[in-house]
Amino acid sequence: MAEWVYPLIAPFIVLNAILGIVTYVTLLERKFAARMQSRIGPYRVGPHGLLQPIADAIKLMMKEDVVPTAADRPVYILAPVVFLIPCMLIFATIPFAPGLGVADLNIGILFFLAVSAMEIVGLFMAGWGSNNKYALLSAMRAVNQVISYDLPFIFAALVPVLLAGSLRLSDIAAAQAGLWFVFYPVIGQLAFVAFIVSTVAAENRAPFDILEAESELVAGFRVEYSGMKFAIIQLGEYAHVIGASFLGALLFLGAWAGPGPEWMGPIWFLLKAMFVFLVVTWVRWSFVRIRVDQILALSWKALLPATLVLLVGTAVVVVWRTPGV
Amino acid sequence: MTTAASPSRVEIDYTGSERLTMNMGPQHPSAHGVFRAILTLEGEQVVGVDAVIGYLHRCHEKLAETLTYAQYPSIASKTDYVAAMTSEFAYVRAAEMIGKIEVPKRAQYLRVIAAELQRVASHLLWLGTWCLDMGGALGGGATIFLYCIRERELVLDLFESLVGARLLYGFYQVGGVRYDLPPGWPEKCRETVDLIDRRIDEYQRMLEENPFFLVRTQGVGVISRELAQEVGISGPLVRGSGVNFDLRRTDPYSSYEDFDFRVPVETGGDCYARYRVRMVEFRESLQIVRQALDRLPEGPVSSRPGLKSVAQVRIPKGEAYARVEGARGEVGCYLIADGSAKPYRMKWRGASFSNLAVLPHIIPGHKVADVVAIMGSVDPVFGEVDR
Amino acid sequence: MTAEQARTLLAERLPGAQVAGDRPMVVTVPPDAWVPLARLVKETLGCWFFSFLSAVDWKEEGLEVVAKVDNADDTLSLLLKTRLGPGVTACPSLTGVYKGANWMERECYDMFGIRFEGHPDLRRILLGDDWAGHPLLKSYPVDAPHPPYR
Repeated sequence: MAEWVYPLIAPFIVLNAILGIVTYVTLLERKFAARMQSRIGPYRVGPHGLLQPIADAIKLMMKEDVVPTAADRPVYILAPVVFLIPCMLIFATIPFAPGLGVADLNIGILFFLAVSAMEIVGLFMAGWGSNNKYALLSAMRAVNQVISYDLPFIFAALVPVLLAGSLRLSDIAAAQAGLWFVFYPVIGQLAFVAFIVSTVAAENRAPFDILEAESELVAGFRVEYSGMKFAIIQLGEYAHVIGASFLGALLFLGAWAGPGPEWMGPIWFLLKAMFVFLVVTWVRWSFVRIRVDQILALSWKALLPATLVLLVGTAVVVVWRTPGV
Repeated sequence: MTTAASPSRVEIDYTGSERLTMNMGPQHPSAHGVFRAILTLEGEQVVGVDAVIGYLHRCHEKLAETLTYAQYPSIASKTDYVAAMTSEFAYVRAAEMIGKIEVPKRAQYLRVIAAELQRVASHLLWLGTWCLDMGGALGGGATIFLYCIRERELVLDLFESLVGARLLYGFYQVGGVRYDLPPGWPEKCRETVDLIDRRIDEYQRMLEENPFFLVRTQGVGVISRELAQEVGISGPLVRGSGVNFDLRRTDPYSSYEDFDFRVPVETGGDCYARYRVRMVEFRESLQIVRQALDRLPEGPVSSRPGLKSVAQVRIPKGEAYARVEGARGEVGCYLIADGSAKPYRMKWRGASFSNLAVLPHIIPGHKVADVVAIMGSVDPVFGEVDR
Repeated sequence: MTAEQARTLLAERLPGAQVAGDRPMVVTVPPDAWVPLARLVKETLGCWFFSFLSAVDWKEEGLEVVAKVDNADDTLSLLLKTRLGPGVTACPSLTGVYKGANWMERECYDMFGIRFEGHPDLRRILLGDDWAGHPLLKSYPVDAPHPPYR
């Protein structure tokens, strides 16, 4: 087909697929959490609650869009969009199968990490534009937290880069054909654990969800949003979580490697991403949250030095193992 | 000074030293009821607290002057609606002290069983809501909340088969209790008590081995021993600060001296110490229920049975102050009777009212997130605070 | 500190006090001896637990302020009373002696209109700041009309 068709169709397909996955991932989380709490979860809407996300989407579209009178209108209205765009853009460089991806940049992982950190702009705009003390407090906490945890996130994600020797995501996935990076002695497991912890924190998931802390800040930076704007923010958050899960599956769990024929690759990838997502969700529903100064202390005093040491150690090991250097 | 609660608009108001006044308003997911705390913040640190209460004020004390001694116990439940039997107990004891009315032994044991089961139910709700506050409605806190509510439902089922009501009862009356145990109740009660005992072990392990929980509660909200003695707090708050004060021991009533139980005292004074006190109280209450069921004597359940006519109980002139060790502390009823069917003056000493008065002393110096943890460990019930 | 010792101490330090009963021991003093009594009870008799403070409206005879303190360690239990005369609504405050009296006195002011002299922050606690009247007085009818919320 013509040269220009593929770059137009691929993003469209990926975007829609991601939207579909994100809506159904909310249902997965609700069912999973419900089972952990000895209840059932959504059950009535559709067989076993399968139409629940659709019902929620329709409800949110029909809700009245309330804008506070004293809110900073342009900032307030733009914030959800500015929040959503980076969360969607991170899927651009992820290859879902060898050769199947939107844009397999040769700096793929760098693009991912840089763009995913941009959501903080949208977050702060939402908190500021709402003209609400709770939102402001939460936005300030969010900036603190995301910045502190993006650094260990990057360092943990760089360990597979060192092991594979390339920034291109499909190269990293291909380099795991023999042995998944998570099974590398010591380095792999430590890096995976550090990755999971910093993912949970950088995405403001419990126990690090201090910025939305329902019991203190009543939904934090989202408190003044309703209707479709709220839906966009939720979409962005879950898309970010899924994106990080895909990245985790790609970096550590071998992406599309798995028994069976070639076309099963993307399905294995999806399953592994769901596994990472469920680990993150499991942590969310088991722990109380910790205070913001304790979160920051954990990052700067424990996680960052640890991942730095891990990265340097990985570099040493790689150089030592490479013949002729 | 602040006027009555203004609606949800809050103004950002910066005075010269960068202080922010934030309203943790009466509608708030973790206010444990309706409670307004006007916090003065410097960054994340709280430097001043103004506690505004009274949103649930129904003037029980005036109401009691219009209701007879037989009518009021059902209304008394509405003060501490989480542990409703406690309030009934205090009122009924006060009337009995003035009128020198004897309570048969079986009724006393039944009262003890009901009071201790009520304490267990109340502490289950405390644990659930405290973890909910600390962990968020969509998070790990909700998990423990649902487990505790599941256990509390079992206790409420017991009450339903005994009294007919789940939350607000009319079980106690002047002279004894209103209902006797239905057949099969002691066995069901023993089963429930054993089940709850096992499950509490599980929750204790889940929380105490969790470093997040420990780091959130240790060293937070310390009430020193001197402060505890001066402000008039009671119950698990004062026992968590090293003061051995339990009304069931210092001033035994209703056959509590027949039972063998331990009063837990911790010296830490922080939220974790209060948590440990309440966890031990769980087990001791279950022990008391088991002992009471084993030794339950036969006999009438009230010395004034058939109390149906509203004007039947007349208490002669006199006054008395009866107090009960409730789940939150000392619940007391100061009653002045004037010989008619209705009291002349009744004053509720609510445990949570005095406990809440300690908040302006301990909150300043902590962060905003700690306010929620401290309020949860103080465990106020606003029916008792505002009456 | 037994009840007997408490009685003798009270008799010698505060001659104007009338002591009756055992548990609780009821001590009645005139209003000007209210704070000295509280101080004596706290420091000498060791009654550290401040249970409550309230008032009773005895119609023509005036108001009476009642406080309960305990020495939990020795199970000494005291009920302190003072009669303000008919028409008198001022009483010295106990906040200097017992910290727990703060909110209790505010409630008394709210419900009875008694002004406590020396209270650091005397304002209504349970009712709204713009409420008219003091509900627990016998002259305040139970079904007093109240305008709907503005």
